[in-house]
Amino acid sequence: MAYGPHEKNLFQEELNSIKQAGIFKEERIINAPQDAEVEVEFPPGSPEKRVLNLCANNYLGLSSHPEVIAAAHEGLDRRGYGMSSVRFICGTQDIHKQLENKLTEFLGTEDTILFPSCMDANAGVFEALLGEEDIMIADRLVHASIVDGMRLAKAQRDTYKHSDMKHLEKKLQLHQDKRMRVIITDGAFSMDGDLAKLDQIVELAEKYHAMVFVDDSHATGFIGKTGRGTPEHFGVLGKIDIITTTLGKALGGASGGCVSGRKEIVEMCRQKARPYLFSNTIPPVVVSAAIKVLDILSATTERRDKLERNTKFWRQGLGDAGFIIKEGETPIVPIMLFNAKLSQDFSKDLYERGIYVVGFFFPVVAKGQARIRTQLSAAHEMHQLEKALDDFIAIGKKYNILHKTKQEIIEMYGM
Amino acid sequence: MASVKDEILEYVVDEYIDEDSDTEINYDTPLISGGIVDSFSMISLKVFLETKYNIQIPDAKATPEAFDSVNNIVELLKEFNVE
Repeated sequence: MAYGPHEKNLFQEELNSIKQAGIFKEERIINAPQDAEVEVEFPPGSPEKRVLNLCANNYLGLSSHPEVIAAAHEGLDRRGYGMSSVRFICGTQDIHKQLENKLTEFLGTEDTILFPSCMDANAGVFEALLGEEDIMIADRLVHASIVDGMRLAKAQRDTYKHSDMKHLEKKLQLHQDKRMRVIITDGAFSMDGDLAKLDQIVELAEKYHAMVFVDDSHATGFIGKTGRGTPEHFGVLGKIDIITTTLGKALGGASGGCVSGRKEIVEMCRQKARPYLFSNTIPPVVVSAAIKVLDILSATTERRDKLERNTKFWRQGLGDAGFIIKEGETPIVPIMLFNAKLSQDFSKDLYERGIYVVGFFFPVVAKGQARIRTQLSAAHEMHQLEKALDDFIAIGKKYNILHKTKQEIIEMYGM
Repeated sequence: MASVKDEILEYVVDEYIDEDSDTEINYDTPLISGGIVDSFSMISLKVFLETKYNIQIPDAKATPEAFDSVNNIVELLKEFNVE
């Protein structure tokens, strides 16, 4: 055993510095299935509290849907619990192929490959496809898993200012000498809740001969008229070369992700993507439930329509009340507070009133951009959102931030 | 002719500051520790310096500390005889 006081102290010091920086993360224990309301024990050991959940990625309210749960049971009964194998040895069942085909059809692509998570899809895809003669050009606000995936690839890297098409064009011009160019973006950005300008990105990609990569994890299932994601919203279905997305958010919320897109690109991932090659197959219970989710979403747009109504109500209500929110149309609605401590105090007060939200601050978001991120769900009922809005307004009044400018809030609380 | 210092400052403003941003930058503004340039986006700064001044900065020298302000970068460039 080589773990002694020396190692222990080193780790302890680092943990202490994380605490001192105020970014030590603590888990909140939920003693219930994921839903619009959950029973939470926070801090651990405290009495259980029933709260409205405004911070889950359960956009379509399918995480605990009876039909999804029944399909999960069926998968367990018919195809067992685990596969004890990676996909290419003895871990591919009929239902894995069915799910891949259904995702291809749903996303309007040519082919799809499942990964244990979208984090894994993003970690594996660039390294599998690109070499050192190629360039990856990423929006500066892409998800951390994409940043990690780009770091693992041998290809050259560059970035462009968030959603700045002029800057992207400049970068595309600069890199015309590379063998292949890939523009990399999130479809919906998870911290700001805005959408990438995919129509313009596709136009630039055509002009400068670049491939387009979109991580649509915060859009698949509900953005676009029939929930096909940001490509549908911007009228560029079939024009995105590489889409990664997750089963861990709107599509039932369990786990799993995929790369979907051009046939050859998906095949390259099957041959070379390391998280696909070297980690276990998605368990049958998850696969079976995900197939049901896609069947539900293909049959009706009822749930994404309800989510859209909830989102409109929430954005309108907060705006009218005088909060500064990030404009947009997604169910990710950040309420800007700018000051880190204020974001923590604000979320604490809301929790006291039965509203479960989380305050985010540097380094998760840029300095001086602290906020509370709220996320709507089709599981929310109007009366719950009306009450939540009243609670937000009450706390907004307490801190005197309603109908105030950014400058006025910063003058009161600092950056 | 603009000094090296000013050329770098101009690039940093163009490359990292959004048009509608109220952030102001001077020679000493902490770029990376100040959250203006994240370590991932730092790559374009390195490429700019190498192309502009025709040098190769080894990864070991292209640290977040060395790139943390315009003045730090100017100091780093002196090692490559760029002044």
